[in-house]
Amino acid sequence: MKAFSYSFTFYCLLGLILLATTDGLAQVESSDSLLSPLLPPSEVIAEDHPGDAGAAIIVRWKLSPDEDRGVTGYEIVRSTSPTGEFSSIGFAAAGSNRYVDANTEDSLTYYYKVLAIDVDKNVSESELSPPARSSPQWFNFHLLNLLIIGGLICGAVIYFIAHAKKGKKLFLRKIAGLEAVDEAIGRATEMGRPILFIPGILDMDDVQTIAAITILGRVAKTIAQYDTKLNVPTSRSIVMSTAMETVKEAYISAGRADAYSDDFVHYVTDEQFGYVAAVNGIMVRERPATCFYIGAFFAESLIMAETGNAIGAIQIAGTAMPAQLPFFVAACDYTLIGEELFAASAYLSGEPKQLGSLKGQDVGKIIAMSAIVIGALLETFFAISGSSFFGSLAELVHKLFSIVAS
Amino acid sequence: MRRQVPLLLTAIVGFVYIIQFFVPHKPFNIIEHLFTDWILIIAACAIWLGVLNLLKLSSEKVYKRAKDWPYALVIICGFFMITVAGFFFSGGRAFQESGTAFDYIYVNIFTPLSATMFALLAFFVASASYRAFRARTFEATLLLLAGFFVMLGRVPVGDLMTSWLPQGYRLSDLAGWIMMVPNMAGQRAIMIGIALGIMSTSLRVILGIERTITGGE
Repeated sequence: MKAFSYSFTFYCLLGLILLATTDGLAQVESSDSLLSPLLPPSEVIAEDHPGDAGAAIIVRWKLSPDEDRGVTGYEIVRSTSPTGEFSSIGFAAAGSNRYVDANTEDSLTYYYKVLAIDVDKNVSESELSPPARSSPQWFNFHLLNLLIIGGLICGAVIYFIAHAKKGKKLFLRKIAGLEAVDEAIGRATEMGRPILFIPGILDMDDVQTIAAITILGRVAKTIAQYDTKLNVPTSRSIVMSTAMETVKEAYISAGRADAYSDDFVHYVTDEQFGYVAAVNGIMVRERPATCFYIGAFFAESLIMAETGNAIGAIQIAGTAMPAQLPFFVAACDYTLIGEELFAASAYLSGEPKQLGSLKGQDVGKIIAMSAIVIGALLETFFAISGSSFFGSLAELVHKLFSIVAS
Repeated sequence: MRRQVPLLLTAIVGFVYIIQFFVPHKPFNIIEHLFTDWILIIAACAIWLGVLNLLKLSSEKVYKRAKDWPYALVIICGFFMITVAGFFFSGGRAFQESGTAFDYIYVNIFTPLSATMFALLAFFVASASYRAFRARTFEATLLLLAGFFVMLGRVPVGDLMTSWLPQGYRLSDLAGWIMMVPNMAGQRAIMIGIALGIMSTSLRVILGIERTITGGE
C-alpha cells in the first residue's frame, strides 16, 4: 500500500513537471513564432490574361504561410526589368491569391513580386515571377460553350422563321394578357377615357424597353382604329423620340394620320420618383380607363399599379424584372411574365415569321430542361454511389452550362 | 430609304456587339467602344429633346389655360429655378458641390419629395398584399400560407414560437426552405424564359423581322 502511495505520488509529480515543461515549451514556441519574420507568398506566376484584347496580365501566388498570423493583404509590385525598380500597382485583400494588372503594354515584358503585409506593417517580399507579356486573343475560349448553345438556339429561331414563312401552321398557346388588349382598348373607347401606356423607366439600350415600344406600336394601331386618346409619358428622351415615331407610324398604317398628335408621347423626367409622381398625378386627374405597364420597372411598379387599381382602370402589365412580377400580379388584371413580354409583339402581329421565332425559343427550353434533368440525375447518382464517373459527368454538364471566370 | 437605313444600322451595330462579345481582338473592341461613345453622345444630345418637349407642352397648357394648367406652371417654375440656381448661384464652384444653391434645393426639396414617394410603397404593399392573400382558390391559399410562414420565419418571434423544435425544423428554417427551393426554382424558370425571350427578340430586331421600332410594321 505504501509502495503504491509512493509510486502514485511519484507519477503525479512527474505528470505535473511534464505538464509545466510542455506548457513552458509551448510558451517558448509561441513567443518564438511571434518573433519570427513574416513568411512571404510563394510560387508567384504571371501570365497573359486569357480571352481579352490584351493590355492585361494575371498574377497568381500561393498565400503566405502566415496568412492566419495577421496578414492584412498583399501588395503587387512590377517592373519591366528583373533588376530594375519595382513600383506598386495595386493591393489584394488577405486570402486572395490573384490580381489582374489591367494596365500593361503589349510590347513590354513585365516581372512581378507580391508583398505580404501584416498588422504591424511588416513586409515580406516574394521571389520574382517569371517574365510575362500581355497579348490580344482572337477568340475568348471561356465563352465557347455559350457560343455553341447560343448558336443552337439562334439557329433554331432562324429555322422556324424560315419554316413559318413557307406557310406551315404553328401552334401558339393563348396569352390571356394579350387576348385582353382589344377588350381593354374597347372599354376605354366606350367610357370616353384615355389609355395610359408606361414603357418602363429604362432607356432604349434595354431590351425590355425595345419590347415595350414594339408592343406600343401594335397597341397604338388598334387605338388609332378605335379613335381613343393615348397618353405615353416617358422617363427617357430617346424613348420619347422612338415612341413618337412608332405611334406616328401606327396611326399612319391604320389610316388615321389625321388623328395623330405629337402630344400623345411626352417626356416627364429621368428621376425615378419624380416620374412616378407625375404618372400618378396623370392617373388621378385624367382617370384613364386602361393602363399598360410594359417594360423595365423597379420600386415604382407597385406605386403606379396600386394607383391604377384605385381609379378602377383595367391594367395590363409586363416585365422581365423578377422582383417586380409579384407586385404586378397582385395589383393588375393581367401580367405578361418574363418571356411573354418578349413574345407579345410577335403574338399581336400574328405574322408567321414573327411567330416562328417564338417556336425557336422552345428549342432553347428543351435544351435547358434536358440539362437540368440530366444534371440533377447525375448529381443524385454521384451522391448515392460516390462513383467518380457520375461525378465527372455532372462536372462536365455543369461546365457546359456555366460561364467560367478567367 | 427612311426605313432601310435604320434597319441597316441596327443590323451592323447588333452584329458588331455580338462578334465583339466572343472576339475581343482589334478592330471589334475599338468599334464597340466607338459605338458605346456614340450612344452616350446621342443620349446627352437627346436630353434637350426631352427638356424642350416638356417645356413646350407645359407652356402650351399655361398659355391656353388648359385643364390643370397650374401644375404645368409649377413644372416651368421648378425647371427654371433649379437651372438658374445651378448656373448662376454656385459661387464659382461646381454646381453639385456641397453648399451651393443647387445642392440646397436638391437636399432640402428634391430628396424629401423622392423619399415621400418611396415611402408610399409601404402602404401600397399592405393594400396589394391584402388583395393577393385572400384565400379564394387553392393557389391563392398556397400563396397565403407560403407568405404567412415566410413572414413569420423572418422575425425573431417566429423562431421563439418554434424554439421547442429541433434545429432545421423551426419557422426560420421553413422560411429559408421556401425561399431557397420552390421560390428559387420558380425564379430560375422565369429567368431562363427571359434569357430565351431576349435572344429571340434581339434576333428579330437585328435581322429586321421586327420593324416596329424602326418605323416599319
